[in-house]
Amino acid sequence: MVIATPKRIKQIKFGLISPKEFRKMSVTRVITADTYDDDGFPIEMGLMDTKLGVIDPGLRCKTCGGRAGECPGHFGHIELVAPVIHVGFAKLIRKVLRATCRNCGALLLAPDEKKKYVEQIKTLKKMGQSTEDIVNDVFKEARKAGKCQYCGEEQQEIKFEKPTTYIENEHKLMPTDIRSRLEKMTETDIEVIGMDPQNARPEWIVLTVLPVPPVTMRPSITLESGQRSEDDLTHKLVDIIRINQRFQENREAGAPQLIIEDLWELLQYHVTTFIDNAVSGVPPARHRSGRPLKTLSQRLKGKEGRFRGSLSGKRVNFSARTVISPDPNLRIFEVGVPLEVAKELTITMNITPRNLEEVKEYVRRGPENHPGANYIVRADGRRVKITDKNCGELADMVELGWKVDRQIKDGDVVLFNRQPSLHRMSIMAHEIKVLPNKTFRLNPAVCPPYNADFDGDEMNLHVPQTEEARAEAKILMHVQENILSPRFGGPIIGGIHDHISGLFLLTNAKDKINKNDALELLGKSEIRELSEPAGKENGEPYWTGKQIFSQILPKELNLQFKAEICEHCDVCKGVDCENDAYVVIKDGVLEKGSIDEKAIGAFKSVILDKLMKEFNPQIACKFIDDATRLSVRGIMRKGFSFGIDDEYIPIDAQTQINEVMTQAKDKVEKLIAAYKAGELEQLPGRTLTETLEMEIMKELSKARDTTGDIAGRHLGMDNSAVIMAKSGARGSMLNLTQMAACVGQQAVRGERIKRGYAGRTLSHFGRGDLGAEAHGFVRASYKSGLSPTEYFFHAIGGREGLVDTAVRTSQSGYLQRRLVNALQDLEVQYDGTVRDTRKMIIQFKYGEDGINPMNSDFSKPDAVKRIIDSVVGKVKE
Amino acid sequence: MSVDQETIAESISALPLPRKVMDNLTHELKNVKVTKRQFDEILKRTAATYDYSRIEAGEAAGVVSAQSIGEPGTQMTMRTFHYAGVAEINVTLGLPRLIEIVDARKNPSTPMMTIFLEKDYAFDRDKARELAWKIEATYITVLGSMSTDITEMKLIIELNKKSLLQRNMTTKEVADKIEEELGVSSEIEEDVLIMRPEESSYRQLLQLVKSVQSVILKGIKGIKRVVIRKEESGEYVLYTEGSALKEVLAIDGVDATRTRTNNISEIFEVMGIEAARASLIHEATETLKEQGLTVDVRHIMLVADIMTVDGDVKPIGRHGISGEKASVLARAAFEVTVSHLLDSGLGGDVDELRGVTENVIVGQPIRLGTGNVKLIAKKPVKGE
Repeated sequence: MVIATPKRIKQIKFGLISPKEFRKMSVTRVITADTYDDDGFPIEMGLMDTKLGVIDPGLRCKTCGGRAGECPGHFGHIELVAPVIHVGFAKLIRKVLRATCRNCGALLLAPDEKKKYVEQIKTLKKMGQSTEDIVNDVFKEARKAGKCQYCGEEQQEIKFEKPTTYIENEHKLMPTDIRSRLEKMTETDIEVIGMDPQNARPEWIVLTVLPVPPVTMRPSITLESGQRSEDDLTHKLVDIIRINQRFQENREAGAPQLIIEDLWELLQYHVTTFIDNAVSGVPPARHRSGRPLKTLSQRLKGKEGRFRGSLSGKRVNFSARTVISPDPNLRIFEVGVPLEVAKELTITMNITPRNLEEVKEYVRRGPENHPGANYIVRADGRRVKITDKNCGELADMVELGWKVDRQIKDGDVVLFNRQPSLHRMSIMAHEIKVLPNKTFRLNPAVCPPYNADFDGDEMNLHVPQTEEARAEAKILMHVQENILSPRFGGPIIGGIHDHISGLFLLTNAKDKINKNDALELLGKSEIRELSEPAGKENGEPYWTGKQIFSQILPKELNLQFKAEICEHCDVCKGVDCENDAYVVIKDGVLEKGSIDEKAIGAFKSVILDKLMKEFNPQIACKFIDDATRLSVRGIMRKGFSFGIDDEYIPIDAQTQINEVMTQAKDKVEKLIAAYKAGELEQLPGRTLTETLEMEIMKELSKARDTTGDIAGRHLGMDNSAVIMAKSGARGSMLNLTQMAACVGQQAVRGERIKRGYAGRTLSHFGRGDLGAEAHGFVRASYKSGLSPTEYFFHAIGGREGLVDTAVRTSQSGYLQRRLVNALQDLEVQYDGTVRDTRKMIIQFKYGEDGINPMNSDFSKPDAVKRIIDSVVGKVKE
Repeated sequence: MSVDQETIAESISALPLPRKVMDNLTHELKNVKVTKRQFDEILKRTAATYDYSRIEAGEAAGVVSAQSIGEPGTQMTMRTFHYAGVAEINVTLGLPRLIEIVDARKNPSTPMMTIFLEKDYAFDRDKARELAWKIEATYITVLGSMSTDITEMKLIIELNKKSLLQRNMTTKEVADKIEEELGVSSEIEEDVLIMRPEESSYRQLLQLVKSVQSVILKGIKGIKRVVIRKEESGEYVLYTEGSALKEVLAIDGVDATRTRTNNISEIFEVMGIEAARASLIHEATETLKEQGLTVDVRHIMLVADIMTVDGDVKPIGRHGISGEKASVLARAAFEVTVSHLLDSGLGGDVDELRGVTENVIVGQPIRLGTGNVKLIAKKPVKGE
């Protein structure tokens, strides 16, 4: 037995279809514009002829004998009474007419020139490059000839009127004339204009036969009233056939030339709109309701068109979508799946002697008893649904060679995704954990790569169906393989929000934790033994938060770094830092320092970076799991919340703030006075007014910062907002300043608010008032509440932010699409080069050094230093 | 017994490591005494680490790079104007600038130059200022005021002595320059120039005013303003609004090795494709860095490389790389679907189905990464 290699489409050749070939492949000629007879059966040689394929259940295709769904459909044709021009090629026809002799049809170039051009085109084609420029040169050169050098005919100016009219010397050229001219072109001339004479003769772009797409391509829908509603394409074809018939009748009856020409133009119009219903200069064909018809071009174009909508992006089975919610008790590579979803999604199992018993068990459990099975596919390909009633019976029947659709269960690998999928970490492989309730559950530490939160976000889940796909998912897409981002080589998965505050509270505080609490904190972390207690109090042993945290660190970990809370003093005191901001981890024990964003936060975590690079993903993964579990328990031990009272500032601080504000106001007024008196010193390259604006902005922002400092001094490290801001969990000191002290200047396009009424922003202010309040300075804090004018300015500033985000998402989305499209075919080859599909070298060595950006640390001096240190430290002679 | 520096340098340079790593290694080993065994161990481990750090064959480097640059785009600000160190000059930054770079625009919205000076000039404020005046385009309006006398049909320019002195120009020079450019001679009365249009009409007079205003009396066309700044190192650096690389480089005292412009196409014209590539990388890196986003250079390099492989700076998008792809289907799936299909019919084009989109469209495995492996197990045929 030889395993058959899967068939592969090697290439697709494009070309024009000749009328001859088309008649040959057509299954029927279509002559009647009617579709169905009174009984509802398709009329023969009509647009719905069963030779063209079938869409009604019950009928059989007369060509292939297939039923609806089996028959792919077959093309028919309409014999056009007179040729018409294909709109898509109208511009080409213009160029060709101008470049060829009106008498002999020869391309108006010297033979040696033709030869030269053909060679250039051939080399370009061989290299897979565009021949457009050369072909345009050919047309430009050929047009210059006034006289045919082959037959001596004088050439005439050809005018082109959009969309499909050609006028030579005030005489309209009919499609028949054009076609006969094009027919005269020789094969060599055709090659010179960049066409392929075997697959695309120029006369074929003047249509004599119109293809009728198969019925399956334009299915009619039966409305509720029993009335049939035809597809847009069918409507258009009906129009074409009607005019075609009328044309023929008139011509046979010997109608005057004028009428014939009118009908010809009408036929041209209908064929044009059949191909493209959005040609400029042609009124679009409309449906009875006034809606423009969607014809061939419209079907292909755009985001929802055939190419981008149905071919590049496809709808799939075996997927689920629902709201997400957090569960810190899950491991980071797990995903909680609702039972209802797990019962619906299946994996196909091929029955082998090795799994026969296992499969039987699934079938026996039936579809309702969770890890059960939903379908059986017998050896002959028949599908049988498993129900509660027949499951026992089917379980006994199961035999080798059958297939069973088994429900997904704990541990199965699935792909989990959140849109917009901006980078590869937006789709990762998770392992299933079937849980009650109706949302997907995930560890909050994996939110950053997905950019997810839980304010109603939904996510998608896909079940890989083949063994290869599952293996690939598990090896390449698994969450723990994606902890490092290829963008900058740092961890992208890590603690967020409460994880950071929780561990910070635990490790920064000096409180003593008794045995019960210690075990409670580490309860979920698979820690079997506690370390030596830090001391005894009242005869009971106690541990410190740092010791508890050390339990989840790998034993061989050694690290020193400055924490996020570091205040960047001029002289770093290192280990003796007063703020406990210098972290020292020795042999897996946190000796000094507080754990905050720098230690475990996503994007910044130093510990995770080290674990991924010097240990392995499993250890890093385990650490995040433990850290999330420990942190939520740590934060719960103390309780952590924030309310309006946390923004309270003592009276004396409030007076200080008021003082600063008054001073700032005075300064601004002085500036304005100086400006009005012309005493303001102009900044180089700025006008006087600009200088004033800049000075005022500077003054006010300084004032706001000062108030922030005052507020910050009074809100110490016992304030939750300060803890969050300083440890990097959430928010910033600026946010706190705005809430407690002063909101500050509202800006539009980086400037103070200027627009509004004539000479003033609002009618509350005098004309020409340049003061702080009149141009959007919000003196109040969010806690104290904004005055009506302040509120209004605040809304203006806020609106700018919203508009900004809206514009940005569309712009950056398009940038991303362009980048991906331009670069998607590049691949690192076995020889280390980066090449495109033509095997053209883009880079001789990826990134000039062949280093994976994910491990880009290696190119930094630190990497070698570490190696040297570890060797010199260890290998002693 | 430690290994001496010479052998260290020798054995390191023989290793198949990237240059930078070798330099790092040599540098680090300078201060450490190592024995032969330790040294060998270090080399072994370095080689092993390098092997581990290397990119794997089959990696879809393109997509990863594109995503790495595109994804942070969502986090960038839209605000077009910002101040780049020098408060006086506006520079486009953030997402609009990144789009500009990737689009390979011929003229950036805010062209800007950073002009470094040669040693003799760089630390001398007066010399730097002198150069700045040489570079900045000086128009008549900054030197004095203009007025027209309709009764006599003449144009009167009153020059400001201080401004003239500052720019080291004389009234005569101004008059000569105007005559050279416009062919209109003027009467000089101390600091006043009087000019008459050829034809004594009001329209001609106004015309003259306009043309006099547009004459560049001194400096380089296109450079609207020059700002001198003292850097932390103590050297003076000129920042300009507007860019004219070729002309600026020709000026004595300008350090041609460090002077740069943010107009990539200008760099390409003056210094060639490799310089353009380097400049693309520099500009993109700076733009991202300014926004506080870290993106590995390798990604930006790849984008710069694909934009410049053909020896021309091509934009990313339908007029550049995507529009010149070999595959008809890939082009049709990107933009302007219909015309690509029609053209491919005429040329009898063949789609080899080598790329990603083409294979997705026809529904077969793509040939990147795991799809690149062409290995099929062959079971022995029975009876053979």
